[in-house]
Amino acid sequence: MHHPLHQNVSNLDAPLQAKDHISVFHVKGVTKVYQMGEVQVHALRGIDLDLYQGEFAVLLGASGSGKSTLLNILGGLDAPTTGDVFYGQRNLTRATESELTDYRRYHVGFVFQFYNLIPSLTARENVAVVTEISRAPIKPEEALQLVGLGDRLDHFPAQLSGGEQQRVAIARAIAKQPDVLLCDEPTGALDSQTGIVVLEALQRVNQELGTTTAVITHNAGIAQMANRVIHLTDGLISQIQVNKHRLAPHELTW
Amino acid sequence: MKALDKKLWRELWGMRMQALAIAMVIVGGVSIFIMSLSTVDSLFETREAYYRNNHFANLFASLKRAPLSLTKRIEEIPGVERVDHRVIAYVNIDVAGFDDPVSAHLISLPDSSSGLLNQIYLRSGRLLEHDSDNEILLSEEFARAHKLHSGSKLSATINGRRKSLTVVGHALSPEYIYQIAPGAMFPDFMRYGIVWMARKPLASAYDMEGAFNNVTLTLSKGSNQQDVIDQLDELLKPYGGTGAFGRKDQLSHRFLSEELKQQKTIATVFPIIFFGVAAFILNVVTSRLISLEREQIAVLKAFGYSNFAVGWHYGKLVLMIVSIGVIAGIGIGTWMGKGMSNIYMEFYSLPFMIYVLKPQVVIAAALISITVAILGTLYALRTAAVLPPAQGMRPEPPAIYRPILIERLGLQDWFSQPTRMIIRHIERRPLKSFLTTLGISMACGTMMVGGFQEGAINHMVEVQFGMSQRSDLTAIYTEPTSQRSLYSLRNLQGVEQVEGFRAVPAKLMFEHRFYRTSVQGIQPNGDLLRLLDTRLAPIDLPEQGVIITDYLAELLHIKPGDMLSIQVLEGNRPTVQVLVAGTAKEYMGVNVYMQREALNRLLKEGNAVSGAWLKVDPYYQKDVYVALKNMPRIAGVIEQRSAIKSFYDTMAETILFFTFISTLLGSSIAFGVIYNSMRIALSERNRELASLRVLGFRRSEVAYILLGELGLLTLLAIPLGLLIGYGLCAYLAFQFDSDLYRIPLVLDRDVFAFAALVVIVSALISAVMIWRNLAHLDMVAVLKSKE
Ligand SMILES: Nc1ncnc2c1ncn2[C@@H]1O[C@H](COP(=O)(O)OP(=O)(O)O)[C@@H](O)[C@H]1O
Ligand SMILES: [Mg+2]
Repeated sequence: MHHPLHQNVSNLDAPLQAKDHISVFHVKGVTKVYQMGEVQVHALRGIDLDLYQGEFAVLLGASGSGKSTLLNILGGLDAPTTGDVFYGQRNLTRATESELTDYRRYHVGFVFQFYNLIPSLTARENVAVVTEISRAPIKPEEALQLVGLGDRLDHFPAQLSGGEQQRVAIARAIAKQPDVLLCDEPTGALDSQTGIVVLEALQRVNQELGTTTAVITHNAGIAQMANRVIHLTDGLISQIQVNKHRLAPHELTW
Repeated sequence: MKALDKKLWRELWGMRMQALAIAMVIVGGVSIFIMSLSTVDSLFETREAYYRNNHFANLFASLKRAPLSLTKRIEEIPGVERVDHRVIAYVNIDVAGFDDPVSAHLISLPDSSSGLLNQIYLRSGRLLEHDSDNEILLSEEFARAHKLHSGSKLSATINGRRKSLTVVGHALSPEYIYQIAPGAMFPDFMRYGIVWMARKPLASAYDMEGAFNNVTLTLSKGSNQQDVIDQLDELLKPYGGTGAFGRKDQLSHRFLSEELKQQKTIATVFPIIFFGVAAFILNVVTSRLISLEREQIAVLKAFGYSNFAVGWHYGKLVLMIVSIGVIAGIGIGTWMGKGMSNIYMEFYSLPFMIYVLKPQVVIAAALISITVAILGTLYALRTAAVLPPAQGMRPEPPAIYRPILIERLGLQDWFSQPTRMIIRHIERRPLKSFLTTLGISMACGTMMVGGFQEGAINHMVEVQFGMSQRSDLTAIYTEPTSQRSLYSLRNLQGVEQVEGFRAVPAKLMFEHRFYRTSVQGIQPNGDLLRLLDTRLAPIDLPEQGVIITDYLAELLHIKPGDMLSIQVLEGNRPTVQVLVAGTAKEYMGVNVYMQREALNRLLKEGNAVSGAWLKVDPYYQKDVYVALKNMPRIAGVIEQRSAIKSFYDTMAETILFFTFISTLLGSSIAFGVIYNSMRIALSERNRELASLRVLGFRRSEVAYILLGELGLLTLLAIPLGLLIGYGLCAYLAFQFDSDLYRIPLVLDRDVFAFAALVVIVSALISAVMIWRNLAHLDMVAVLKSKE
């Protein structure tokens, strides 16, 4: 059996189409201040940003520049100190705890730097944990096949390599068919070759399912596969760069 | 099965030893709870059923002699339902081949019947035949002790005449569930029994034809017992009535009631300890698990699991562990309850035992366990529930260590680096360290209770029979006899000392409180009965006034210097006011002592004695027994020491059972606390210890750092535990106090030593198990992974 999503993605240079300019996220004047004992840490100092439907955006910045903070706020994991975040028409900053839970449950997929799989569950079960509570999931087996792990279904995380674990994490994130996929340094803990495999999986999902994807990295090389690159410096957006010509993951070097 | 539930099962399996150790503590709580409450219910239901089936009376009264016509008037007292009149005598028994003195109560029984009230329960053989004047039924325990069967013969000295009697069956009676001789403390089935005999021969032997000397009655519903007692006493007064009393003063009933009360105390005290410890360990284990799974919790939340779902996830884990404990505890508790009920059936003469395990008890055990577990882990579960997902993704901030006390005192050079690590670790979390210590000390304390019972009984016997009552034999006359009769006792070969005493039943009153007991008239500076003060030094009995048992002073709220009124329930029944001159330490019974002459003056009886205490040369003991048996005036002879010995034989098995159970339960607490604490310490300090291994520390050095902490806490816990154990025993002794007996708070050194030893062994076993884990410290992982 050959899943349609398994064919190689070719048309990377296609310009963003009109529908892609519909804003999925609308971020306005967002700041985030952490209180660390006596000191205040200004992680975000006033962010204005739109993310468009179907786009593959990369958030690029040095360590400590506020990337994770921003992504967590987009994903409803954290609330900004001031400012508003709209998901479509919904203002996430006004949402209650249970509305945020529903938002994460039905709309968002996460991929983390350290995979964060549940060690006591197999690959299949790690995906099932999520599909069991979503509305229109694809089967865990299918999701794992999508990331090339159809033959590792019953392995426990400890029996998988880092790259394989991260691909399980991606399968877990996409199995619910989320509207947005938020990835925090998905290749951060991987060597470049394994990283490329993971990025290919992400890109395939973005292309085939049309999932709006935001990927955090501090690695400028990866930025070249994005539609847009959003540069963060010290809690502020310093530059937004649109890639006229996107590279395929296997063309990337870092 | 849901994927998350699979996670739960696998994690439970992964921590199975820990879960088991916790479940064991819960098993302890649940099983004691079920055991004691089901024993209480069983004993209660059995007693009630027995009383009902065999028409156990509500009121009891003895008198000298009254014509049968009086029963009509008794029946007319409002509230009286049924009246049963009997002839009862206290006699000496002679069993062939057994030389010790044996006494018995001889009770009349209507022909071919089991009686009107207090019906006997025929265990074997048959009822007495019409008019047979030499047939008897024997109380089962007594018959068994002497291997007397239907057809066996024995002889009794009935009103001075030796009579040969033939056993026709074995019986039990609701009146003698607890079967002890008058004035005795422990049952002794070899030396005291109940004998039922046909009315006619018994009455004629005692000149009771057409008369009775004992009456029992049942009351109709809603009648006032005290009114009936008052009217009955009034009726019996001219006939030498010694005062009627209800069930609550009936000896056998009283002992059973005390037993029920004690079981109820046990059912509350011990489960509280066990559930408390279980809650603490559960809290520690769950907190650790949740902090280990911070990131997993964050991921679950990131993917849309609600706070409640996450909290409930860990709640389920707690419930699973608790369920294991509850289910096993119900099983073991039921088993122990049945065991206890059987011990009771042996110890008490009950014809049957209805084992009752009420569903409410089981449900209460389950609900209490679950509630305690949830309350204990609520904080940890809440932490999981409210953990903000974004924060969960970040590693936990490193633990904050501060310079410790010894460092602030500048003593650090005295300790090696590893020792400093140990102390620093303890100081960093003082509450947890304290609770761990407390948990271990609870184990130590619990274990002391088993040994305490044995030691207390030893002490009680030593004081009562070694220091206070120092006679070898007590001879009781059929009726008050002239003091001169003591000469014939003194003249027996082998008798070294004789002291006569006079005992009369009396009602003691102070303010609105009263108590029924007997007043003992004794020789002022006697050797065979010495009154002891709190320091166990002998006290003089003054010429004026009385010395009373210390517990009686508490009961009546009376103190030396106050005036006690004594209403004598015999003869011309005088009521007098006497000065309380002092109190005497006594562990058994409740007594009032005055000089014999003073008592006799009060009774206007000249110099009469009710009986005598004898000190006998062991070499002539047998001869003395025989001589006493042949003295017509002597109704019975009691030998306390052998009674105690036989009591010990009966109790040995029971005490062993209790010691076994309390050791098992105590060590389950010790193991539960220590093993879990060590496991958690290992998990928390895994990386630290692996790093030390990388740096070249040996396994033993690493083990020292890890286990030293628990070792130190265990050593701290032992003295605390011995203190707690002492307090626990004091509490139980206080709760078990009654006018029947007081349990002295005496703890032998070996009780302390044993408790400490079991704790240390539990700690060593835990340490050995952890030592094996230390072999698998992953040094490579430390070098590679994050954090
Ligand atoms: N929970 C927190 N508490 C305190 N400070 C935080 C917290 N999360 C992030 N920070 C601080 O905020 C800043 C931005 O962090 P982060 O968004 O994680 O950066 P990046 O992902 O770009 O490395 C950093 O200085 C970090 O230390
Ligand atoms: Mg980051």
